Amino acid sequence: MSTLTVFWIFGVIAMLGGLLCITRRSPIGSALWLVVTLFALAAMFVLLDAQFLAALQVLVYAGAIMVLFLFVIMLLNLGRPGPSDIRGTMGIGVAIVLAGVLLFQLRVLGTAAPPEAIALPPGTMAALQQREGIIGSVAGPLFDAYLIPFEIASVLLLAAIVGAVVLAKKRL
Amino acid sequence: MLLGPALAISAVLFTLGVAGVLLRRNVIVIFICVELMLNAVNLTFVALSQHLGVGGQVFVFFVMAVAAAEAAVGLAIILAVYRHQRSVDLQNMRLLKG
Amino acid sequence: MTGTAADFVWLAPLLALAGFVLNGALALWRPAAKTAVSVIGVGVLVGAFVVAVLTFRAFAGLETDVPLLFRYWSWMPVGELQLDVALQVDQLSTVMLLVVTGVGSLIHLFSVGYMREDPGYARYFAYLNLFVFFMLVLVLGANFAVLFVGWEGVGLCSYLLIGFWFTETVNADAGRKAFVVNRIGDFGFLLAMLMIFWATGSLDFGAVFGQAPAAFDAGGAAITGITLLLFLGCTGKSAQIPLYTWLPDAMQGPTPVSALIHAATMVTAGVYLVARCGVLFALAPLSSAVVAGTGALTALFAATIALKQWDIKRVLAYSTISQLGYMFLAVGTGGAAMAAGIFHLATHAFFKALLFLGSGSVIFAMHRAYHATHSPEDAQDMRNMGGLRRFMPWTAMLMWIATLAIAGVPFFSGFFSKDEILAAAFARGTVHPQWLVFWAIGLVAALLTAFYMTRLMLYTFHGPNRTGERERQHLAEAPWMMTGPLLVLGVLSAVGGLLNLPALWGGNAWLHHWLEPVTESAVVDAVPPLSHGTEWVLVGIAVAVAVLGVVGAWRLLKPAGLVPAREAPAERGFQRVLRNKWYVDEIYDALIVRPIVWLSREVLWKRVDQRLVDGAGVNGAARAARAWGALGTRLQNGQVGVYVALFVVGVLLVLWRAIG
Repeated sequence: MSTLTVFWIFGVIAMLGGLLCITRRSPIGSALWLVVTLFALAAMFVLLDAQFLAALQVLVYAGAIMVLFLFVIMLLNLGRPGPSDIRGTMGIGVAIVLAGVLLFQLRVLGTAAPPEAIALPPGTMAALQQREGIIGSVAGPLFDAYLIPFEIASVLLLAAIVGAVVLAKKRL
Repeated sequence: MLLGPALAISAVLFTLGVAGVLLRRNVIVIFICVELMLNAVNLTFVALSQHLGVGGQVFVFFVMAVAAAEAAVGLAIILAVYRHQRSVDLQNMRLLKG
Repeated sequence: MTGTAADFVWLAPLLALAGFVLNGALALWRPAAKTAVSVIGVGVLVGAFVVAVLTFRAFAGLETDVPLLFRYWSWMPVGELQLDVALQVDQLSTVMLLVVTGVGSLIHLFSVGYMREDPGYARYFAYLNLFVFFMLVLVLGANFAVLFVGWEGVGLCSYLLIGFWFTETVNADAGRKAFVVNRIGDFGFLLAMLMIFWATGSLDFGAVFGQAPAAFDAGGAAITGITLLLFLGCTGKSAQIPLYTWLPDAMQGPTPVSALIHAATMVTAGVYLVARCGVLFALAPLSSAVVAGTGALTALFAATIALKQWDIKRVLAYSTISQLGYMFLAVGTGGAAMAAGIFHLATHAFFKALLFLGSGSVIFAMHRAYHATHSPEDAQDMRNMGGLRRFMPWTAMLMWIATLAIAGVPFFSGFFSKDEILAAAFARGTVHPQWLVFWAIGLVAALLTAFYMTRLMLYTFHGPNRTGERERQHLAEAPWMMTGPLLVLGVLSAVGGLLNLPALWGGNAWLHHWLEPVTESAVVDAVPPLSHGTEWVLVGIAVAVAVLGVVGAWRLLKPAGLVPAREAPAERGFQRVLRNKWYVDEIYDALIVRPIVWLSREVLWKRVDQRLVDGAGVNGAARAARAWGALGTRLQNGQVGVYVALFVVGVLLVLWRAIG
């Protein structure tokens, strides 16, 4: 099987997972189908020379963030299917029309190729990973050119922790 | 190469996320759909980073950090709202009306 | 800069301005400090007069025909238009400077006594100083724009001072009338200024007058239009037909104001302007004829009205209009007659200021008498006076001097100036016959002048007293503070003719020669000088007319037969027409004022303003905003789902731009 075929298989899995994610009545179902999509995306990251991110995707997204979601769903006791929360005919119509227009626009944007001048020659990423290692190729810029955003991200996470505690606690 | 399929899949996933946000009333599901949209964008970043340099991957890293923060705070808000209203249905959240 | 005292000419207006600022401050915070106000108010004027004298001497010492220009700062450098704040000292402006500050000083001094008891004393002097400042800017300005600033400024001060006792509606109305009527003239002046700039590319006197012969066709439409518009401005400011109606009403102001602004200085601004623009008027024979003709007609017309007025100040007001007419006849005649016009301006400033101040003394005494007995009678009505020479001999004697001067009785100042104007008109008439008509009109007006002035004196100072039994004990001469300035003006009125004693009388015509650098460029066409014989005949006619007027009035009018105002019967026939000023105010009211008021009220206010501007414009905009807002509130229904959907729509629109 060629790389392209494998890529498409995972792509179809991801899209199916997304579709089921937004159509399941149960929030648990939605969350679990999203996990499927995340895994498929992780596989696609590997094929796109981003092995480190693939690992992060599984660890952080599928592991940490989705577990947080499931915690909250269970905390609120929403696990068993109740009355559907999908909107009526009118809502579905609006959603389909807007989503259709959006898809069309994104396709128009997606088929516009990146300018040749800034495009790297094929195999550059692989060569970079050969030279600096899979993690090192990402970590290098992260602690060099993107050091300040990195620090700001850490501050953001701290603020999020504090904010979450303040919001979720019953009595301070 | 993989760029074209990646962008196509990314577009579909993003659209599915938007459709989900418009379609659902359960706040948690809407939140899940937002995560879907973020991941669609991540796919785009990664696919383009193959051609435009490793900066795209670094961005995905940041998106994940922000997504984590957002999930923590957002879910905390949902908890607070649920405690107040005993519901996570969007139709019951109309305090924004002036 | 010349290194002479003339360099400090800016001190004169600045002193007056300083007086305004100081007195204005006192008026706001220390209105009771009357001594300080008097010292400042009179002091700055005397200072300005000293500056004027020094400037004049310095300039005369230079013996130059070229005006001195002092540029202080650039005012409006806009493209082609380079306007400077600049003063010009030349023969004409020095004469005006001396008249304004000299007569002004005397009148300020008189005001100290006249206004002493008034609660608005400080305010009065602030306005008066401000007026002098603007008047000096007017006569010293080196371009049309600076002159215009002074022109508008004196108009403003005139308005403020006419309505000085603004608590009475009639005074405030008179001020407003003066202002509005003057606006008509100012509009003409402004248009003329724009046309001058358009044609010559400059507003500086030197540049405009230098280029005028090249820039305009003599007698062409452009120059005729410009000069006629300028003259429209003059008719407003100097109270000529058709815009003279504001001046009689302006007598509502304090009497020294009437003397200073509405007789001696401001109203002569128009004469000054025409003389200043003599070059332009010389290029437009039609305009010159219009100026002279309007002047002659006004002289006659106002004199007829003065015949039948009872208010002592109104007689003088119409007399002023009439005398201004003479001046315009002179400056319209052009050439050497310009000097005669300025000469008459100066002598008129002397004797008319004297007459007004004298009438002020009379009114002061009458008012005091009526005030003492709490009588509601009119202190300005001549029918309530009579025989006042027994109570105020100095005033009576001095006013007689002024009367003889204005009537043109030989060897008084007015005789020389008026005679010179009439002679110049006659001389021009030998070339252009219409000037003979103007001359004849002027002669008739001179007869009437002598008549109504004698009438005024007769009814005021002679015959039996009609003031009232109890009031009579309170009649007395005004304090010396007031009579002193009268005395000086009396001397000037008597001997002012020496300024320009014509060669005919063995004089050297000093003013005539002095003004030659200004007037020689304003010669319209060569007028052959009159022979001495003709001149003597003209003088004889003028003297005969003056004497006829005085003696005729003396013989015809019987002050003994007059009754006090409250018992007087209404006039009949033609007298009534004159008494009511030919009904000109009524005609203007019906033809101009009422239609404009109707148009403003019924169309502009009720239709345009209320319906269009307020209705469709202001309220319409509010209504549209409210409707739009009502639409917006529908969206703000609190449903987060709707907000999200709209948000997506917004994103789609932005994306649409991105891919488009």
